[in-house]
Amino acid sequence: MSITVLLTIVSLCAIGIAAAVILYFVAQKFKVIEDPRIDQIEEVLPGANCGGCGFPGCRGFAEATVKAETLDGLNCPVGGAETMSCVAKTLGKEVQEQTPKIAVLKCNGTCENRPKTNKYDGAQSCAIQASLYAGQTGCQYGCLGCGDCVSVCNFDAIYMHENGLPVVVEDKCVACGACVEACPKDIIELRNKGPKDRRVFVACSSKDKGGVAKKACSTACIGCMKCAKECPFDAITVENNLAYIDFEKCKLCRKCVAVCPTKAIHETNFPIRKPKPVVEEKPKSVETDSNLSDK
Amino acid sequence: MNNIFISPSPHVHSGDSIQKNMYGVVIAMLPAMILAGIYFGLGAIIVATVSVVSCLLFEYLIQKFILKVKTTLTDGSALITGLLLAFNVPSDIPLWIIVIGALVAIGMGKLSFGGLGNNVFNPALVGRVFLLISFPVQMTSWPKPAHLSADAYTGATPLAMLKEGIANGESVASIMQSNNFPSYKDMFMGNIGGSLGEVAAIAILLGLAYMLIKKIITWHIPVSILGTVAIFGGILHLSDPIHYADPLFHMVSGGLLAGAVFMATDYVTSPMSKKGMIIYGIGIGLLTIIIRVWGAYPEGMSFAILIMNAFTPLINTYCKPKRFGVIKNK
Amino acid sequence: MLKTFSIGGIHPPENKLSKGKSIEVLPLPEKAIIPISQHIGAPATVIVKKGDTVKVGQLIAKASGFISANIHSSVSGTVEKIDNIVDASGYPKPAVIIKVEGDEWEESIDRSEILISNVELSKEEIIAKVAEAGIVGLGGATFPANVKLMPPSGTKAEVLIINAVECEPYLTSDHSIMIEKGEEIINGVHIVMKALEVQSAIIGIENNKPDAIKYLSELAKKCIGIEICPLKVQYPQGGEKQLIKATINKEVPSGALPIAVGAVVQNVGSILAIYEAVQKNKPLFERVVTITGKSVTNPGNYLCRIGTPIKNIIEAAGGIPSDTGKIIGGGPMMGKALTNIDSPLTKGSSGILIMDDKESQRDTQRDCIRCAKCVNVCPMGLEPFLLMTLAENNNIERMETEDIMDCIECGSCSYTCPANRALLDYIRLGKGRTGHMIRTRKQ
Repeated sequence: MSITVLLTIVSLCAIGIAAAVILYFVAQKFKVIEDPRIDQIEEVLPGANCGGCGFPGCRGFAEATVKAETLDGLNCPVGGAETMSCVAKTLGKEVQEQTPKIAVLKCNGTCENRPKTNKYDGAQSCAIQASLYAGQTGCQYGCLGCGDCVSVCNFDAIYMHENGLPVVVEDKCVACGACVEACPKDIIELRNKGPKDRRVFVACSSKDKGGVAKKACSTACIGCMKCAKECPFDAITVENNLAYIDFEKCKLCRKCVAVCPTKAIHETNFPIRKPKPVVEEKPKSVETDSNLSDK
Repeated sequence: MNNIFISPSPHVHSGDSIQKNMYGVVIAMLPAMILAGIYFGLGAIIVATVSVVSCLLFEYLIQKFILKVKTTLTDGSALITGLLLAFNVPSDIPLWIIVIGALVAIGMGKLSFGGLGNNVFNPALVGRVFLLISFPVQMTSWPKPAHLSADAYTGATPLAMLKEGIANGESVASIMQSNNFPSYKDMFMGNIGGSLGEVAAIAILLGLAYMLIKKIITWHIPVSILGTVAIFGGILHLSDPIHYADPLFHMVSGGLLAGAVFMATDYVTSPMSKKGMIIYGIGIGLLTIIIRVWGAYPEGMSFAILIMNAFTPLINTYCKPKRFGVIKNK
Repeated sequence: MLKTFSIGGIHPPENKLSKGKSIEVLPLPEKAIIPISQHIGAPATVIVKKGDTVKVGQLIAKASGFISANIHSSVSGTVEKIDNIVDASGYPKPAVIIKVEGDEWEESIDRSEILISNVELSKEEIIAKVAEAGIVGLGGATFPANVKLMPPSGTKAEVLIINAVECEPYLTSDHSIMIEKGEEIINGVHIVMKALEVQSAIIGIENNKPDAIKYLSELAKKCIGIEICPLKVQYPQGGEKQLIKATINKEVPSGALPIAVGAVVQNVGSILAIYEAVQKNKPLFERVVTITGKSVTNPGNYLCRIGTPIKNIIEAAGGIPSDTGKIIGGGPMMGKALTNIDSPLTKGSSGILIMDDKESQRDTQRDCIRCAKCVNVCPMGLEPFLLMTLAENNNIERMETEDIMDCIECGSCSYTCPANRALLDYIRLGKGRTGHMIRTRKQ
């Protein structure tokens, strides 16, 4: 080996060692003392940094969980119950199981149901269209279709259908709330996902009087209150000509769906109703044993 | 009434488009291209054609098959890159080299950054500098115009002659008076060896006038570059006329005029405010003279522009236009 | 050298199709629909009820608050209902709907054509009369005129500037009133000068109205303190800040009002309305509107009553052309596209522009090519390309430091952009969000 090569190796090694020593001392001097549990929690979290928890990124949430006394009110929607129980175990705190939620669009004003009265030619942003005027249809409350909700979703869980309305992808939506924030019409809501992912909701946000609403959209809620009267669980309130189903009270009996005259109430993920089999009428005078035992 | 449109104001548009501006630049380059064709003959036309076709072809292929985005051939920017690349190379360059240059210019210099509007460096210059470094011999032997010599032979550009002469210890005056060296008039009218763009200062000035009238560019960049070259070159020349050429020589030789008018004024890579443009132009002027006088290369324009391109984002951050109603020491 | 503002500006084609057309009176509508909010500030409070009979010029809604304006009936007849109507933006807004019967005016209004030159009222009386008449800025901003005549304590008006520029293409209503009512306007200027206690007034007129400049200059020679200032034809010469810079060479500081440099600016139409209110007891219930457009058969200037449905005005000009693509209330640069022609004429509408199908549609938007043309034309020295990107990314802090709140929304940037970018659309969005943040921060 020539002397040049030897000198090169020695000098580079020396520089490397000197740098390592300097870096070690600097790291020690400027070390930030942090609770090691914050790092542990951060490991457990999904790392999406979506802000759905209400904190700036997953590290922000980790800090909050360590600082807080209880885990009430702290929830990672992306990780769900599994992650939260992991966090609880690590910190030795208790956590309440949160019911999984999903984003639901409260509008069914497709191009077919809700005819256009003009054409919007401005920048393709719902926020801009909403601040300019009432929209391309006769319903000033309905979805504008420019896709602000789609562009803001970090999880690819919402896309624009060709019928003009956004569609939420069930298995990808983590209910982080970004689309709810982004919608200038406030017509996306985080509702309970429901047992077997089944849920019932009013797919309309129109506060117009019945006649006006129906003229603008064929599946509008006209505020007739038939659903509220039908509901055995008092889950439906009608305010400002618009029905609303409280998802905590709703037991998914679907009586309201059957009775709505405009089909404004939607049921999701239920099996298709089979037509009722034709039953022969039994003569009324015969009282069977089973009838007696019912009383 | 269902067919009426609703949009935010304004409801009228000037009718200006990217195409109009790009094709306007192409028209401004026509006098120089025609002159180059006359001086260098068919070779120049072929080089220009191959360059343009390769640029368009590579843009189409890369956009359609690799990036899978909408192709934007019709906006005219690839056409301009092709012409500018051809401007910067000798007219007898082997065609396969120019094709490589086109690939580098479009693929690396433009599309890898995200296409028109997102590139940091002038694509034609990226291609040119790549070729210069990779094929130094082919890129520095310049054919002389056909009418100057019966048999076409290649020779050095005036700048190269000057640099060599000074390195040999001759004074500037003696170099410029030697037989081979072209006169100022020759350099202005294009009777010199060089790349397609180096010739005919007068054709390039015509192009500048066209672009200014059509409001495609503003005067700030070309004037600040030429002004800096004149002043800085003048200071050097006055301090030591033996070793430093006069500013007029610098202005008409080499790719200075073509660079100042067509390359440095590229929209995407130049600053957005007037103050910023002037600082950018001064930087290019200074760097060009420095590289020409003290650097290893006889021509410094391409490097000067690329270096200042890198400074453009910084210039944009700190040089804001004058705001209405804002007192300076806010 | 004609005076002009210092930074930016564009020159769109003037298209003054209705230039030189004398003012025609539009026939009365069958129903007048009078919205109760036609001004900046709180909506007025209705003081009539269904079934009441009203006369022309009768007060039907009272100003509610300091920054608000009175609303008067523009027709005589019976109040049919007080209900929400779908206005031009598609939203329901409250309005008083009157079934028109005859044309009976309030007795106090002096309907003669005689010019009354003496200004006998005191400053306070003038301002009270202006407030009573419900006069707002007729250039389109609709700011209550009486509030402008009362500068905040600590400030003093030095000069009155009249905005007779009419820089928007197509519009000629201000031009027509200058030709036909020049003497009344000069008298109106005197009245406002007295109300503001200023000795000097400048009327700024764009140079494409030579007949108006000549006529008003002759009239102004007989008066002290009134100067006519011809200005270069450039948009937005009529922007308040630009007009002040061009006429008295002072820049209104960012975030401040014109009174900060001692100027009060009023539209020439508002000045005429002030003359009529003070000297003729006539409140604001009618105005001159330009109806124009390349396909319109009979473009012209019409004196219309407030509350007339827009379709009546279009009918008078020859009906709605078959190739209509857009109906714009105002000029093409800053006007609003209307969703329906049943909506009524309001105090701020200076023109109705009908655009054909092809011209109405925008071209496809491309990526920014960084040509800096938007920076060159912005009259406020801003960087529209940057503000658009910041607004798209909702970077509110940076939008504030880049002075987005200084934007006057003139539209020069979107007009010029070769890539057809929707610059002003996003800048408005950004302004709204930044303004909201600033207001919540102050609380």
